[in-house]
Amino acid sequence: MIEVRDIHKSFGDAHILKGISTTFEKGKTNLIIGQSGSGKTVFLKCLLGLFEPEEGGIAYDGKLYADLADEEKRDLRQEMGMVFQGSALFDSMTVEGNVKFPLEMFTKQSKSEMKDRVDAVLKRVNLIDAHHKFPSEISGGMQKRVAIARAIVMNPKYLFCDEPNSGLDPKTAILIDNLIKEITEEYNITTVINTHDMNSVMQIGEKITFLKDGLLEWEGTKNEIFKTDNEAVTNFVYSSDLFKKVRQMYIKEQN
Amino acid sequence: MNYLASVGSYAIMIREVFKKPTKWRIMKSLIFKEIDELIFSSLGIIIFISFFIGAVVAIQTALNLTNPLIPRDLIGFATRQSVILEFAPTFVSIIMAGKVGSYITSSIGTMRVTEQIDALEVMGVNSLNYLVFPKIIAMLFYPFAIAISMYVGIFGGWMAGVFGGFLTSEDFITGLQSDFVPFHIAYAFVKTLIFAFAIATIPSFHGFYMRGGALEVGKASTTAFVWTSVVIIILNYILTQLLLG
Repeated sequence: MIEVRDIHKSFGDAHILKGISTTFEKGKTNLIIGQSGSGKTVFLKCLLGLFEPEEGGIAYDGKLYADLADEEKRDLRQEMGMVFQGSALFDSMTVEGNVKFPLEMFTKQSKSEMKDRVDAVLKRVNLIDAHHKFPSEISGGMQKRVAIARAIVMNPKYLFCDEPNSGLDPKTAILIDNLIKEITEEYNITTVINTHDMNSVMQIGEKITFLKDGLLEWEGTKNEIFKTDNEAVTNFVYSSDLFKKVRQMYIKEQN
Repeated sequence: MNYLASVGSYAIMIREVFKKPTKWRIMKSLIFKEIDELIFSSLGIIIFISFFIGAVVAIQTALNLTNPLIPRDLIGFATRQSVILEFAPTFVSIIMAGKVGSYITSSIGTMRVTEQIDALEVMGVNSLNYLVFPKIIAMLFYPFAIAISMYVGIFGGWMAGVFGGFLTSEDFITGLQSDFVPFHIAYAFVKTLIFAFAIATIPSFHGFYMRGGALEVGKASTTAFVWTSVVIIILNYILTQLLLG
């Protein structure tokens, strides 16, 4: 579980995060949504430990990040997996090399143990024949699956995803969403996903956190988001006619 | 003020490069890869440039020796001195600042743009150590490339002098061996090692801290080349004053 306690983050005069408190539970897919410039990326980078908040703190399973020694922070980082918006695969390495990288870096496993683990995670993300291909030789959806495989190869406790299905066709986007949800449940990890995609919200959003102007505006489940009368949330989530109709149908069905 | 801030950031970067080392097994393979990329792949251009620079120095010296009282073996002497003291260590280093420097800036800059550096950081890897340290170690082999440059430069001078009909081979070799100061070689290699550090680290700094997209990667490469050249020229002056002055 991740507890966020009143965090503030500024860059120069720009006060980006203005006091956010929330919790992200284990075994659930937690989604962060909000308009561009609402502070989602900065928030995610604070959760990853790439930015340190000026005020407040973040606790990972009860351990406050700011109180950890450098070595403990390093160990904590190894318990985190991250899927970047652009996949961020190492383009000079093959698919196998990318997935094996954290194992080579941080474990003392033998070559055969590493190979077995890489094969297992690649199989888990449904990539079987791509071991020796370079990232530039595979599709965007496959790159995302490699990024997920790399993120879970060390059995992380926390999985962070930044716009995991941006740039993907709707069918592949759903596959990636479902894969993340399945992995979250299977590995019992705390997953936090930064997204703009309302399909993801409806599909896998077990807990949704809506940020607006650096503040937490609304929190709830995907069922609650249909019923909320928070104007900022409804303006954002139901900005398209399609989602407006989906919402009306849902409310009608509930009544 | 911006320049001062950059110098401060550069110093911090250098400190970070030597902190929290990457596993030796991985570092070893990275160092070999960088030796191949930075040194071996540059040998062709170094040999080509050195040969013709040596040849041009010999021809220009010969054409300026109009006084019959000045011995022709001065061509060999001037070629040796010019190539060993300046052309091999300094001129070739400026070429390398362009060739190797732009490779370093663009490769690290592209990793920054495509979030590969963020991926390393998130995993808990010291990205500066992982990316820059192997380049610094690989560039320790740069003096070997400069030794080849010196040899080829002098050989180019001999070819141009002898086959251009400016002097005999014996005269060239006599000039080459006259008034030889071994310390000049040490001076050249000290300079080369310091330039190597600049060539490895200044482009890395510009690549690592760049912001933006593909266009900015190109701009960062150009800026890195300009600054590496400026630093090499300033260091050349300071080192010459300190070691020979």
